[in-house]
Amino acid sequence: MDVLWDTEQALTATELRDRLIEPRHDASPKPLAATTILTVLSRLEAKGFVSRDRGTRPHLYTCVTTRAEHTAQLMHQVLGSVPDRDEALARFIGNVTSQEADTLRELLGSVTATKR
Amino acid sequence: MLVSALVLGALAVALAWPVPVLLAAARWPARSPGVALALWQGIALAGGVSMIGALLCYGLSPFGTGVADGVRALTAAILAGTLGAGVSFAHVLALCGALLLGTHLLLNLAATFLRAERQRRRHLHLISLLSDPLPDRPGMRVIDYEAPVAYCLPGAARSATVLSKGLLRLLSADQLRGVIEHEQAHLRQQHHLVLLAFKSWHSALPWFPIANRAEHAVALLVEMLADDRARRVVDDRTLATAIALVGLGQQADLPAASPDTASGEVWMSSPEHALVAPRVHRLMTAAVPLSRVAAVAAIATAITLALAPAVVLLRA
Repeated sequence: MDVLWDTEQALTATELRDRLIEPRHDASPKPLAATTILTVLSRLEAKGFVSRDRGTRPHLYTCVTTRAEHTAQLMHQVLGSVPDRDEALARFIGNVTSQEADTLRELLGSVTATKR
Repeated sequence: MLVSALVLGALAVALAWPVPVLLAAARWPARSPGVALALWQGIALAGGVSMIGALLCYGLSPFGTGVADGVRALTAAILAGTLGAGVSFAHVLALCGALLLGTHLLLNLAATFLRAERQRRRHLHLISLLSDPLPDRPGMRVIDYEAPVAYCLPGAARSATVLSKGLLRLLSADQLRGVIEHEQAHLRQQHHLVLLAFKSWHSALPWFPIANRAEHAVALLVEMLADDRARRVVDDRTLATAIALVGLGQQADLPAASPDTASGEVWMSSPEHALVAPRVHRLMTAAVPLSRVAAVAAIATAITLALAPAVVLLRA
């Protein structure tokens, strides 16, 4: 995904593989099988990260949207979830009520006051 | 058998309303959250078993004395094709009720755990794509996001703690240490197990007035337990400040997020769900933990409660 996000263009599976192998020139150049690349790409396509253009042969792959957009979507999911719905994760802080927000601001105010 | 049914029934009713209401309203749990958590678990377990046990004892009463005896006689009767005299519709209803209730609770528990596991795995995959690992901290990931976010993905196999760049920029080194220790406590003590159990209890019996309150009480206690571990590495004031900074920082980010939430629910949570103010208050007032005597008594009560229905059933 990093390769697709960094490049602005659509790539074929072979081009993708070349770009993945390049940086590995130093250590052991593990031969990445084309089939591995294709499998990973189809999984990423299923998850909505990659879109495949079947118009040309070989198929062209592009990222659906930017990394930042995906991150924002995920974070909105994490932050927006009501405590009842958080089944998989445990946040340091849940959503605060408006009264709690006031209490927290008071606390910060008193802390900075004592520091001076 | 009928006496056992009555005893278990009374226990079930007590554990369904007055006892949990008292515990939820009590002040002492904040002083020793671990003890309170044990008590909640005892109540939940005993409540479920006595409900099913009461129905079972009543339903089996025409079949013999003692549960094992009754089950044997019942099986024989079913195989023979006839239930025999003395067995009324009420008895049959009670037996079906016991079976359905038991199955429902167990299946719901399994479903809750499986669903959470699936969500966790999916989230972990997204995190591995969108975040970078923290250099010398295995299991920690940093995600490029402005608002301060910190959470963990607990699980038996791979777990992860996720921190946002905004959080790393916002907090001091001490505050960050407190946050990390808090999240590590969740992972190490496997809090998600007890949280999911109570969540499943709530979803299995949504019409139970106390199930909702129990779930929130347990959620708060679990946070306090994690805070207690964090307090071992940083002082209370630092932790409280970290809570305040992150809480307010997240709140500033949320209005942009609300269009994305499923039912368009407003991000502000209702006063009954207050999970942050009690934690901060607790840290700033330095409450004294429960005395050893009281703690032992409470734990003993929890264990007795958990075992009581089983004992009654065995001696029915």
